[in-house]
Amino acid sequence: MAGRLRTVGLRITHAIPVILGVVVVSFLLTRALPGDPAVYFAGHAADEASIEEVRTALGLDKPLPEQFLIYAGNVLTGDLGQSLSSGQPVLQDLANRLPASLELTLTALLLSCSIAIPLGVLAATRPGSAVDHLCRVLVTAGVSLPTFFTGVMLIYIFYYLLGIAPSPLGRLDFIYIEPDRVTGFYLIDAAIAGDWETWTGALKQLVLPATTLALFTLAPLARMTRAAMLGALSSDYIRTARAAGLTEDKVLFTYAFRNALLPVITTLGMVFSFTLGANVLVEKVFAWPGIGSYAVEALVVSDYAAVQGFVLAMALLFVALNLVIDLTYTLIDPRIGFETR
Amino acid sequence: MTNQTSRRSFLKGAGATALGAAALPFLRVLPAAAAGKDVIVTVIGQTINSLDLHRTGTNRPSYQVAVNAYDRLVSFGTKTLPDGSLSYDYSVIEPEVAESWEFTDDGMAIVFKLRPDGKFQDGSPITAQDVKWSFDRAVSVGGFPTVQMKAGSLENPEQFEVVDDLTFKVNLLRKSKLTLPDLAVPVPMIINSKVALEHATEADPWAMEYLHKTPAGSGAFKVASWKPGEQLVYERNDDWTSGPLPAVKRVVIREVPSPATRRALLERGDIDMSFDMPNKDAKELSGSEDLTIVTTPVENAIYCLCPNLAFEPFKDKRVRQAIAFAVPYEEVFQTAAYGRGIPMWGGESASPEDIAWPQKFPYSTDLDKAKALLVEAGYGDGFEVPLSIDLSQSDWMEPAALLIQENLAKIGITATIEKIPGANWRTASLVEKRLPLALETFGGWLNYPCYYFFWAYQDGHLFNSSNYRNEEIETLTPEALHMSVEDPDYAPKIKRMIEIAWDEVPRIALWQPALNVGTRDLSGYEYWFHRQPDVRSLSKA
Repeated sequence: MAGRLRTVGLRITHAIPVILGVVVVSFLLTRALPGDPAVYFAGHAADEASIEEVRTALGLDKPLPEQFLIYAGNVLTGDLGQSLSSGQPVLQDLANRLPASLELTLTALLLSCSIAIPLGVLAATRPGSAVDHLCRVLVTAGVSLPTFFTGVMLIYIFYYLLGIAPSPLGRLDFIYIEPDRVTGFYLIDAAIAGDWETWTGALKQLVLPATTLALFTLAPLARMTRAAMLGALSSDYIRTARAAGLTEDKVLFTYAFRNALLPVITTLGMVFSFTLGANVLVEKVFAWPGIGSYAVEALVVSDYAAVQGFVLAMALLFVALNLVIDLTYTLIDPRIGFETR
Repeated sequence: MTNQTSRRSFLKGAGATALGAAALPFLRVLPAAAAGKDVIVTVIGQTINSLDLHRTGTNRPSYQVAVNAYDRLVSFGTKTLPDGSLSYDYSVIEPEVAESWEFTDDGMAIVFKLRPDGKFQDGSPITAQDVKWSFDRAVSVGGFPTVQMKAGSLENPEQFEVVDDLTFKVNLLRKSKLTLPDLAVPVPMIINSKVALEHATEADPWAMEYLHKTPAGSGAFKVASWKPGEQLVYERNDDWTSGPLPAVKRVVIREVPSPATRRALLERGDIDMSFDMPNKDAKELSGSEDLTIVTTPVENAIYCLCPNLAFEPFKDKRVRQAIAFAVPYEEVFQTAAYGRGIPMWGGESASPEDIAWPQKFPYSTDLDKAKALLVEAGYGDGFEVPLSIDLSQSDWMEPAALLIQENLAKIGITATIEKIPGANWRTASLVEKRLPLALETFGGWLNYPCYYFFWAYQDGHLFNSSNYRNEEIETLTPEALHMSVEDPDYAPKIKRMIEIAWDEVPRIALWQPALNVGTRDLSGYEYWFHRQPDVRSLSKA
């Protein structure tokens, strides 16, 4: 165990150059973007002089290396700067919005895993059956419907026509007060506070956007589960297990499924990282105050600090995610030597 | 964050008065419309990014906080438009914090008497010192507030004088008709200087950091909570001293970026007002029984096509006129604006009858005339030109550009559409003025033709993206700018300016845009030049 802890520490130190690279690249890339934030933020009737005043106020009149040193120094002290478009410190924006995105994405993935994995397993054990066809139809539909379309359609049916879904007004309808902040995840915070009214309110708001995202992420997961299970089921050790007279359940879950899990976990990691950044459209449609729409809006107006903060936060998140996935590998398959890598 | 009050407890309380205590347990699941007459829910598409208009980077939607949570010395009156909707009245200046005012005998100063009972939201009296501090701040912080103050000839702190606690004097640099109206725009809001100064530091003498998140005004509404990217909640200031008490106790401004979602919310009746709706939704919903869609033309604003005189073919007036005759105005108006706004083409005469602005330009779609003008100018074989549009305004610019492109092709001009990202647009079109042919949208807050000409036709000025220069305009505009409208010389000057602008067409007018607001069982909505919701006049039917 101590060895594993040491390796985790080592892996984290390995991540340092990556983070440094991200800091430099994100700084340079934002500067390379077309657009002049000073002009944009000087307002709609600004003249030359006031644009220059804004430029000085933003520190954009200094040479690039100096700007970078200031930025790097601030990042070291945990100050990611001030977002111009939201008017708040970037750190605060991220702290508000990242949990919103994570809550949505995790719920969606939980939902999609709970459907995709059983579906994939069933489809693999009964190839050519009705379940297999259902799996194929669902997968094709999931990939071919763009998320904003699914989102608008769900709103139209369940909110507009049937009136059973709550109004798509973000994380909580305005009649609830948000729970005291502990984790930033409304479901967890409300549960901690024991405020089940708010918990239900937050859950209701989550259903439609999470379903939208789940439909989209269902496809790769179900496909991967099915393929991996088919591969595992046709392998020698399964034949041996069957020949040895083990029960079908034992064969399926202990031997086949466990071996099939590795590629599924890899796909899950990829889908997670992809979804977190890519659910901008879902966020827009459901007025979800997430990190995707924040980054896009910041990018559109050349809001340097916000874009850099976003990229940095995502980089840190992915480093952590990869670590977790690698650790999960070793739990699933003891043959994978985590320490040796 | 300002004092975080419980929204739910409030709504419950409001509901209790409206529905009776028995209904309480069900209140949570009722839509906003049933939450009581005291609460109004409005959706907007953009984010409010600051509570302080004077701050660098404060965006347009945030101006509403200056309107609702702060007062000014004076305000504008209200009038009823021909379609029955309400609008602010530019010609009437009404008291707000000031009780009365008069010009000194030489006309070089205005003396304001403040209301003796005037109180800020914290209960402290509004004094002339507060007014001076606020005005000093507006002219000193730079950026937009300073530019807007300058438009009213309010340029340096020495102009503002405290006579006594309730008497405030503005010394004028010049006699100008723009000064008094400029005191009624959102910028010269009156800040509680005692509170602000407590939070000012040496590095931040104007308390920018404090007021950014905490308004300190005397306005009709307090900001009860503000979550950028989500919502802002106003709570009525029951001790408002600058006007009649608003009818509603609470207004929730909710940010919903997707127009489709905003529309669904309005149609379902979960919100009371959708502010600044897309033209398409306004057109489609305008027939419905339960909803009221108010479409008000934006004063002193025109959507234009601007040929840039820094580029060769457009130096020739006839080429610009040819383009003005080639634009398919009606199709552009119907497709890009869904017919909402006022046509700005097809004027009868080449010289204006009156000084109304904007008014119809004497051009309409006439391809033969366009072709003839091009031949006359020596461009019979046509030329190539990029037609630039702003991606962040692509909702109307893209269809307009495509239709214009199609018609230009018919007279031999090959236009390629160039899409410019929003962040780059202002730099390219207004600051560097380097786009050969572009769409443009200037509108002036102060509703005078000379004010429009000052910004959009004078050489070097920000919104003159055509690099246009005409010596007569250069002389006439500054002369007319400060002159009283009643002055017998005023109308002839303006008429001459319009005549030149029509003849030389550095800006080809397409249409006058409109602001669409959808409401449900709501009365008292009033259009304001700042195009932000003024929630003070609203009440629920």
